[in-house]
Amino acid sequence: MNGLAFDVSHLLAGGLVLISFMLLYQTRLYALVNVYGAQAFVLSSAVAWQAFMENQPHLYATAAIAFLFKAALIPYALHRAIVRLGIDRDVENVVGVGPTMLAGLACVALAVVVMLRIANEADAVAREDLAFALAVILLGMLMMVVRRNAISMVVGFMSLENGLILAAAGAKGMPLVVEFAVAFSVVVALVVIWVFLFRLQQTFGHVDAAALDEFQGLRR
Amino acid sequence: MLDFVFQALQMTLVIALAPALTGLVRKVKARLTRKRGASILQPYFDLARLARKEAIVAESATTYFRVAPYLIFASTWVAASLVPTFATGLLYSWSADLIAIVALLGFGRFALTLAGMDVGTSFGGLGASREAMFATFAEPAMLTIVFCLALLAGSTQLSNIAEYLVVHDVGLRVTLGMSLIALVMVALAENGRVPIDNPATHLELTMVHEAMILEYSGRHLALIELAAMLKLLLYISIIGCVFAPWSLAIGDATAQARLVGAGLYVVKLCVAGVALGLFETSIAKMRVFRVPNFLGAALMLGLLGALLLFVSRSLR
Repeated sequence: MNGLAFDVSHLLAGGLVLISFMLLYQTRLYALVNVYGAQAFVLSSAVAWQAFMENQPHLYATAAIAFLFKAALIPYALHRAIVRLGIDRDVENVVGVGPTMLAGLACVALAVVVMLRIANEADAVAREDLAFALAVILLGMLMMVVRRNAISMVVGFMSLENGLILAAAGAKGMPLVVEFAVAFSVVVALVVIWVFLFRLQQTFGHVDAAALDEFQGLRR
Repeated sequence: MLDFVFQALQMTLVIALAPALTGLVRKVKARLTRKRGASILQPYFDLARLARKEAIVAESATTYFRVAPYLIFASTWVAASLVPTFATGLLYSWSADLIAIVALLGFGRFALTLAGMDVGTSFGGLGASREAMFATFAEPAMLTIVFCLALLAGSTQLSNIAEYLVVHDVGLRVTLGMSLIALVMVALAENGRVPIDNPATHLELTMVHEAMILEYSGRHLALIELAAMLKLLLYISIIGCVFAPWSLAIGDATAQARLVGAGLYVVKLCVAGVALGLFETSIAKMRVFRVPNFLGAALMLGLLGALLLFVSRSLR
């Protein structure tokens, strides 16, 4: 493992975590979707770098899929959804930005501590990728918890998916079929979410998921 | 003996260049908004004019009001003399580290806020309370940046950090990038530059620095203005010496190398001044209540940088 290769993959994986924080911080929907696109782009570069470094051509396919679906198709679809739903207002945060950031940092610390302890035998890049991937996953979950707007919950879910792909790219010997399956499951998820969004809009006149809480109460 | 000469050169250099830097930033901002703008030398004339004028002191002012400008100026100047601007390992630089520089600036800020409240006008108190609020957010962020650099270079001494970064092959470090962004954000807040405070306005409800010094005039005002200019130069010097240390004369360099370093330092300042002017014209001032978020982001970048550094350290 030469120094530069490690540094570049460190840079890209670290950038992924940083962009996850930008997602948490960003309160405007359009910008949120753009930042998500940027995260997917960094992810595909990270995977491509991994492919180049370890000479695994099938990872290039993963990178291409990530770029095509996650950096181009999904942001485009979400932009369309925002326009059609007519919501270009601010996203409301449930918790303030400050506590959210602190919670996010705690997530990253947790991911790092856990992964560095568990994956002792793996090589440096894989361990680091796993640690950062777990951090991105936890941050995506945090995003889904703290946001109320359905679009930003979707973005949180998709960024969680980015973390999964990073982890998968770090693990050696992941078959291409699995990657294809993951990529298409994301697209299917997008379709389901699309339907869900417009149903929400039709039923409640807005896409605030807080409305669902009441609904749950009625059923009980 | 030569050590003394170079330390003296550094101290005169910072004080001589600080008004020119401010003038340059103003000139760039004026040119970018298609105005001709005052000459780069204008701040010198302003300072000279203020120094000649009579200093008027409010009736309700205490003795502290007269002392404060000297305290502010002295603490800022001492802090500026500790930063390696063109050469590392100058005479004074071993006496204090980056934390001490932050503390000296904090002392200057404390003296300024106290002076702002001294006369008892509402504007002074308003400015002081805001300045104190910004400081509460900016200083933790600054300290996390110091931690990042100290973790990386194994020292809090600016000279050592700069030497480490030049001599060792640190490679591409995401931590360094994060601390650079965080340090720029802190520097903007500390100097009251555009997204936080507008240095060009007077008598606006948004102003911070100008509100505190509203009661000052004459030589007192000149000293405070010069201290503010010095502070800007100081932050640019810190950024330059940590993130672009290649032009520094390292360690026991020859006198010639140090003089070349001084020339390159001026070039560095020009680049930074133009960049600051460009940045300020391209961005709008943010609301006061968004400033904690802005500085919170800087703090978070610093913490995240430290965490990432920790990861890569334990792996290599």
